[in-house]
Amino acid sequence: MSTVALTETAIADAARRRRRTRRAVVWFARALTLLVILGGWELFADEKIIDPFFYGQPSGIFDQLKLWVEHGTAYGSIWLQIWVTLKEAILGFAYGVAGGIVFGVALGQVRFLADVLGPYIKIINALPRIVLGSIFFVAFGLGTTSKVLLASVLVFFVVFFNAFQGVREVDRNLVANARVLGASRWQVVRNVVIPSALVWIIASLHVAFGFSIIGAIVGEFLGAQKGLGLVIATSQNNFNPDGVFGAMVIIGVVALTAEAFIAQLERRLLAWRPPSPSETGLA
Amino acid sequence: MQTVVAREVHQVISPIAHPRSQDARIELDGVTKRFLTPSGDVFTALEDVNLVAEPGQFCAVVGPTGCGKSTTLTLVSGLDRPSAGTVRVGGAVVDEIPSGIGFVFQTDALMPWKSVLANVALGPVFRGVRKKQAQAEAREWLRRVGLAGFEDRHPHQLSGGMRKRVALAAALINAPSILLMDEPFGALDVQTKAIMSNELLGLWEQTKPTVLFITHDLEEAIALADRVVVMTAGPGTIKAVYDIDLPRPRGAVQEIRFEPRFLELYQQIWESLRDEVERAYARTAGGPR
Repeated sequence: MSTVALTETAIADAARRRRRTRRAVVWFARALTLLVILGGWELFADEKIIDPFFYGQPSGIFDQLKLWVEHGTAYGSIWLQIWVTLKEAILGFAYGVAGGIVFGVALGQVRFLADVLGPYIKIINALPRIVLGSIFFVAFGLGTTSKVLLASVLVFFVVFFNAFQGVREVDRNLVANARVLGASRWQVVRNVVIPSALVWIIASLHVAFGFSIIGAIVGEFLGAQKGLGLVIATSQNNFNPDGVFGAMVIIGVVALTAEAFIAQLERRLLAWRPPSPSETGLA
Repeated sequence: MQTVVAREVHQVISPIAHPRSQDARIELDGVTKRFLTPSGDVFTALEDVNLVAEPGQFCAVVGPTGCGKSTTLTLVSGLDRPSAGTVRVGGAVVDEIPSGIGFVFQTDALMPWKSVLANVALGPVFRGVRKKQAQAEAREWLRRVGLAGFEDRHPHQLSGGMRKRVALAAALINAPSILLMDEPFGALDVQTKAIMSNELLGLWEQTKPTVLFITHDLEEAIALADRVVVMTAGPGTIKAVYDIDLPRPRGAVQEIRFEPRFLELYQQIWESLRDEVERAYARTAGGPR
């Protein structure tokens, strides 16, 4: 008995050690990749193989970020710019997601509505909606409204199509079962349709948040008094690539943080799902 | 809403064992069901089916695959309507899902995102019973099907046989006077199937709902049922009806198979079923009609 237990722990220990080693190697390779890219960029820029006037330089980007943090931008502190853009993105995200879910579920449930509105939604989806930013700018001016609207339009379609598809994919068996058990139409929607479409809806949220940030930035680009998009536009006009890249770094950090929140939400809401090996890969 | 509440109160006093009366009679009268296939052809699943299941009777329907057995159940449950003829449950024509019906599906119809307890509690919750009361009832039913201690698991954490028990509890918690079962144990291995059959008989004998049990397994049908209905290969019609006079309670279904009377009945019904199975097979194998 004891020798069996001993070999079992030995095997488990070995497996754990192997896993730890592998993780360390992966992280080291990741750090090395970053170092090679940034170092190469810096070096080539120093040697003027890459012209830093056009393409910036990592050290320049770092100095630019430091300058923003210490002395602010032309439109107030950098934190204010981040907050303005983030607020627009979050509001646009919230409205877009809510609208997408409501319309997606409604059209998925009511065949007639889907048949009538389907072609129009496809047409609108095929149009380059980013152009709507100009309309919103003319109609609502420099304030946050036009950016929130643009962001929510972009988000809406992503969530809508997934919610619609999710509702269409609901297991007919589950619906039949709920109906026989005495569920009303609304109870079927709430207890069967929405939970099973949730897998699809949540999958769309990752992409949707990216779109909400794009909407906010492009909206600010087109005309604003504050925000990261305006900071980028100003840097562009001043031939300051370090400023553009610096703002890009900030947006990247914001987006990654938001992504982590959404992943957390996903884990919470979809906790019932059996663990699948593919999920551990890119976590 | 008022009537629902009234029914619920009744439910609480006596969660099982309603005296079965005429409300549990199933009657199919000249029922035909046609479907339109995606290519635009008309497919006849059932043709002029006449079938009666008396209150409290365990009625098994056997037939080759694709003969419209499952369609019969969807018509009785009110999930679908016949193209011609009438379906009556308890004397009333079925034009919506009748109350007092339980349905156990061929594949799992459990909500994968709900715990086992919440799945079983669905019936009472849909009827408007308060959550706490519903969960207490569900706990009791889980105990009855031998799954006490598994309340917080999710369906995917259970074995196939355990999931079937949950499905049974979820159907029986509504104290149905009619229980429709569509090859409920078809996906189980032989041993699990035998165990589940015994448990089904045990539960059925407590409340005696009218059962319409679809299967393609003749042994299972004879071992469980009071009446075996043989259907023809599609379009489905009733070919013959056999009353099974094996005594009740039947005891273990594995052992009843060796009784001389069982073998006699088996031979007799198989004679009738064999032609249909062969016809259905010849058709799927692309042989002559």
